[in-house]
Amino acid sequence: MKQFWKSMLKSPSGVIGLVILLVAVSVAVFGPMLFPNSPWRMVQRPFLPPFTLSTVPLGTDALGRDIFAGMIFGARVSLLVGLVSTLAALIVGVPIGAMAGYFGGKVDDALMRFTEFFQTIPSFALAIVLVAILQPSIYSIVASIAVVSWPPVARLVRGEVLSLRTREYVQAAVVTGQSNSWIILREILPNALSPVIVLASLMVATAILLESSLSFLGLGDPNLISWGYMVGAGRTVIRQAWWITVFPGIAILISVLGLNLIGEGLNDALNPRLSREGR
Amino acid sequence: MADGDWDGPTVALRARARAKRFRLVLLEKDYDMPKRVLLGLLLVCGLAAPALAQEPKTGGVINAVIQPEPPGLMLAQVQNGPTQMVSGNIFEGLLRYSPKLEPLPELAESWSVSEDAKTYTFKLKKGVTWHDGKPFTAADVLFSMEMLKQTHARARTNLAQVDKIETPDQHTVVFTLKQPFGPFLGIFEVGSMPMVPKHLYDGTDWKTNPYNNAPIGTGPFMFKEWQKGSFIRLVKNPNYHEKGKPYLDEIYWQIIPDAAARSVAYETGKVDVLPGGSVENFDVPRLSKLKDTCVTGAGWEFFSPLAWLWLNNRQGPLADKRVRQAIMYAIDRDFAKDVIWNGLGKVATGPSASTIKYYTDDVKKYPYDPAKAKALLKEAGYKGEKIRLLPLAYGETWQRWGEAVKQNLQDVGMTIETIATDVAGGNQKISDWDYDIAFTYLYQYGDPALGVGRNYISSNIAKGQVFNNVEGYSNPEIDKLFAEGAVATPDSKRKEIYEKAQKILVEDVPVAWMLELQFPTIMRCKVKNLITTGIGVNDGFKDAWLDK
Repeated sequence: MKQFWKSMLKSPSGVIGLVILLVAVSVAVFGPMLFPNSPWRMVQRPFLPPFTLSTVPLGTDALGRDIFAGMIFGARVSLLVGLVSTLAALIVGVPIGAMAGYFGGKVDDALMRFTEFFQTIPSFALAIVLVAILQPSIYSIVASIAVVSWPPVARLVRGEVLSLRTREYVQAAVVTGQSNSWIILREILPNALSPVIVLASLMVATAILLESSLSFLGLGDPNLISWGYMVGAGRTVIRQAWWITVFPGIAILISVLGLNLIGEGLNDALNPRLSREGR
Repeated sequence: MADGDWDGPTVALRARARAKRFRLVLLEKDYDMPKRVLLGLLLVCGLAAPALAQEPKTGGVINAVIQPEPPGLMLAQVQNGPTQMVSGNIFEGLLRYSPKLEPLPELAESWSVSEDAKTYTFKLKKGVTWHDGKPFTAADVLFSMEMLKQTHARARTNLAQVDKIETPDQHTVVFTLKQPFGPFLGIFEVGSMPMVPKHLYDGTDWKTNPYNNAPIGTGPFMFKEWQKGSFIRLVKNPNYHEKGKPYLDEIYWQIIPDAAARSVAYETGKVDVLPGGSVENFDVPRLSKLKDTCVTGAGWEFFSPLAWLWLNNRQGPLADKRVRQAIMYAIDRDFAKDVIWNGLGKVATGPSASTIKYYTDDVKKYPYDPAKAKALLKEAGYKGEKIRLLPLAYGETWQRWGEAVKQNLQDVGMTIETIATDVAGGNQKISDWDYDIAFTYLYQYGDPALGVGRNYISSNIAKGQVFNNVEGYSNPEIDKLFAEGAVATPDSKRKEIYEKAQKILVEDVPVAWMLELQFPTIMRCKVKNLITTGIGVNDGFKDAWLDK
């Protein structure tokens, strides 16, 4: 573990990513406590440009709502959606991939055909359809993002498990008569985890983008503000008021960038070959 | 909050500038003072006053936007908004209506009402021909009524009071009513009662008649071609029955599905006219600032769209009158008008729009007063029960409005949950009474008997339909007043009845009235006389001309 942090902190991208994520998470957690004003409240005159009033530093939107407040509350929704939907995708994808890889044969065939069934449908289109059918709410959005993002996890885990399955220590465990679930959970998965962690950090970024895109299209939860919603609502007035879209857009850009950098850092830190070179 | 770059001040400034220009012209001609003031006023009102100063010129082509693409152009069978807008040029009704909703001659050149207000005699204009050259006669009127009763829901209701229709000669039509029906002279506008050619439709299957795709009417313009998804082209009717009209050679109705692209099409000069509702509200200020651009809110007097919130009177906190009144006090309707609708429209005072007959503002007033709303909620014992809000899925403006109303209601302590839905889903929920608060807007058609009563009388509570009394308000006194009002004579008696009804309704707040909507028409200033009646763009372009 110490080794991991050491190499993680050695890679510049990892450090930058961690800093960004830390800032974003603390804004999401503590921001609403420091700025308790609801982002839906109409506080000033509409279309107030940024940096004109210290009470609304980033200006106001088409209804006179504080964009700064929207960014802070939006961080909570965007990050939460990213995190929860990724967790949900892992909970579905990892067991399916592990079982397919471990048992092989017909189980593998069945599970992989099922996975491919999801992979053949363009993921964003499927997400739109699911949200539209389930009616937009935070739950349906998380669920639909999870549904469209688990197949790559399953494929990745399956590949890892397939290669680990033939290792001697696994065969030794089989010979000693340990149960399948014990072998998968204790012998194989811990060793297959590194690429999954890297993938997961990128999936959080993708999930934030997916949520933003859904909100942009008006399929967000109407009771919660998110960055994507802010961009979508401001898009049509971009020629009169650029700041309504630009600031939340930057927030999306930076947090997605941060997560990608973390993914890169993790990759460097967790990849045994690369870290050996670094030593 | 009145400064900034919304449309209201811009329109006023523009109108003022225009008024100045023409006042100068008038000064040279040395008109007397009162007349000049009157003319100035007319100009400020955005009416068709330039015609007073200039003779119409003939020729030219107008490109207008039609949004969305109409499903068909046979006005007697299809009544969607865009159909009315395009086909109002092809077809005509017996009458048209001034901005004050007085009947004006169109295919009927004169009319008279019998002493007992039960017999209406229309004298048809002579020498009117269909686009194919056949003469228009009383037989066509008779046939049109027959068809409309089967194909046009509103016409069917409007004609319910008619006992018989007779045609003593080729140019006379006599309607005999079962009982006096006050608003009868208000039902003959082209969209409500278009005349169809008997010789082309009689004895055929109306739904599949080939002329549905190339409609033949008596109107100032003839159907020429329709490139689906691209444009509809109408050309001048050279044999139009009003000599010298129409002035334009052709009209192209351009079909552009994306709202932003429609704005751009106007900016780049591809189209000259953006009828009300064809661009989003927030684009209106920008577009109206463009050079040589004129904006008017006129031309919707006949429809008088009134926006309100359906309040489900049946269940939960909203069953209490005090909660409904609190909602009226809690909502900042001036904000909605100034910010969301860019200053266009008018805060509604009650169930009737101010443009329709027997309107009175001598009713209980509900100014924006959150403190009073809170007090009323407390008095009613409201304890934060969840209330569902259904916005109208008609685009950005309505979405923003839903957000603002939600915030207003939350500010006075109500717990509001917005339900996201599409148009069809929203209609479904409202018609199943599965909502607490829902946005809507409805046309009023000039008379309380045609467009107001339907939403408040208890006989109109019918599950499964969306534009009746879906709020479930039931008050025997209101039922009685609207029943009497429709058939009462003379006019003063009707006025008395409807004023009383308005007072009772405003006290009871069966629904929360928001705004009298105005859909601004944006056009190049060189387009003159586009809107001359209370039916606006839907009345056809017969008076319009281009100042080149």
